[in-house]
Amino acid sequence: MKFSYYPGCTVHSTAIEYGKSIDAVLSVLGVELAEIEDWNCCGAAAAHSIHRKLGLSLPARNISQAQKQVDLSPQLITSCPGCFNALKRADYALRNDEEARKEIEEVVGFSYSGEVQIRSLLEILNHEMDEKDLKSKVKKPLNKLKLVCYYGCALVRPHAITGLENPENPMMMDNIMKLMGADVRDWSYKTDCCGADLALTHGELVQKIVGRLINHAKDAGADAVVTSCGLCQANLDMRQTGPDPLPIFYFTELMGVAMDVPNRKGWWGKHIVNPGPLLGRLGYE
Amino acid sequence: MNYELSGKAIKQDTSFTNEVIEATGVRVDRCYQCMTCTLGCPVADAMDFPPNQVMRLIELGAKDALLRSRTIWMCVTCEACFARCPNQIDTAAVMDYLREEATAQGVEVPEERIQLLHRIFAENIKSFGKVHEATMLMTYKLKSKDFFSDMGIGLKLFLKGKIPLFPVKVKGLDQVKKIFEKTYDKTFGGRS
Repeated sequence: MKFSYYPGCTVHSTAIEYGKSIDAVLSVLGVELAEIEDWNCCGAAAAHSIHRKLGLSLPARNISQAQKQVDLSPQLITSCPGCFNALKRADYALRNDEEARKEIEEVVGFSYSGEVQIRSLLEILNHEMDEKDLKSKVKKPLNKLKLVCYYGCALVRPHAITGLENPENPMMMDNIMKLMGADVRDWSYKTDCCGADLALTHGELVQKIVGRLINHAKDAGADAVVTSCGLCQANLDMRQTGPDPLPIFYFTELMGVAMDVPNRKGWWGKHIVNPGPLLGRLGYE
Repeated sequence: MNYELSGKAIKQDTSFTNEVIEATGVRVDRCYQCMTCTLGCPVADAMDFPPNQVMRLIELGAKDALLRSRTIWMCVTCEACFARCPNQIDTAAVMDYLREEATAQGVEVPEERIQLLHRIFAENIKSFGKVHEATMLMTYKLKSKDFFSDMGIGLKLFLKGKIPLFPVKVKGLDQVKKIFEKTYDKTFGGRS
């Protein structure tokens, strides 16, 4: 299976362990990623917050880059929910709003073909892969690991644009973690925003938001939180206070543990809350 | 009609509702003040006007008060408001419009650090095509004069190899710069 891939800026910096674990896990699953040529930043929260058309045009350039390799795959995968959200918003405007399409095409200098489909990595794992195949790769079932899955805001909302199922109670990460054997706990805060965009300017406020999420995760009996978002991971990892902080994993890291991929120990050193002791205690490292 | 809001005189601008609907396509006039948006908003308690009041203020034409509000900058576009609104009002999209207007008009904003960070982030993309955290964070620290907060965390991330020293430039940087010229630069016209 081959897909076009938009990695986004953070897999080379603050979410480097996400990038590495994605590569390791997908290679075991036989999924090939063809990174689109010369991609640019999607604009993140900044672009649309001060100039809406900039916020649509920056991701639109990446759609134009993906169009150039549509023969390789019409499906453009991204692992970062922020990038997914920005690409989806641009694609939605290009697809459904003729006036906006003409403006964006003029700004970016391309002609939108509508052939590229933006997909999140979690969608691909849930809908394009066979459950039995995924399960067959599990060498160390995660049944001793109690988890809550945290999706955050950008992946699922706005629902009309992201088009993902169950926006209030998404299950894509829960499903994958259950296939890996994990003890996945239900909780009501899957899609509450972690406030990462305000972390630099309003640290105390964000600490409160993060603290609340961590407390709810503990109430659900979780030993760790799993996420698919670089901003959520960094924010929850860095800004929890109080005793017994919870490790915050990328779902691909835990897939890597379950599939017993090599060279994964380097990932744990990238975390602020070291997950090594928990994984060691449960016999996974 | 003029009225008072939190002790300040407000000039009513009745064309404002239509302006917002036209600019965003969001039917703010459907709001019946159920407050579901505010109940789900993760930052409502840090706002001067919670989201439901923003809808009401638009109807009252309080454009100036909204452009100068803390609220529009505290909104993190998490879209919980839109997801739960019984009238499908995308409040977050309205916030985008209000921020854009406040920025374009050069209004003095109470949350200048948030606006500054957005601008520095955007201009970082203009310089490299991708985000280079080190220069972005340094520029923010220098311009905001907020030298000390998060320095410990920043150092930890750097030592863990998560903040690369050198930026990676996009080859088609001229294309990215052109996007800025046709959008962002028009708004700012060299103003910083």
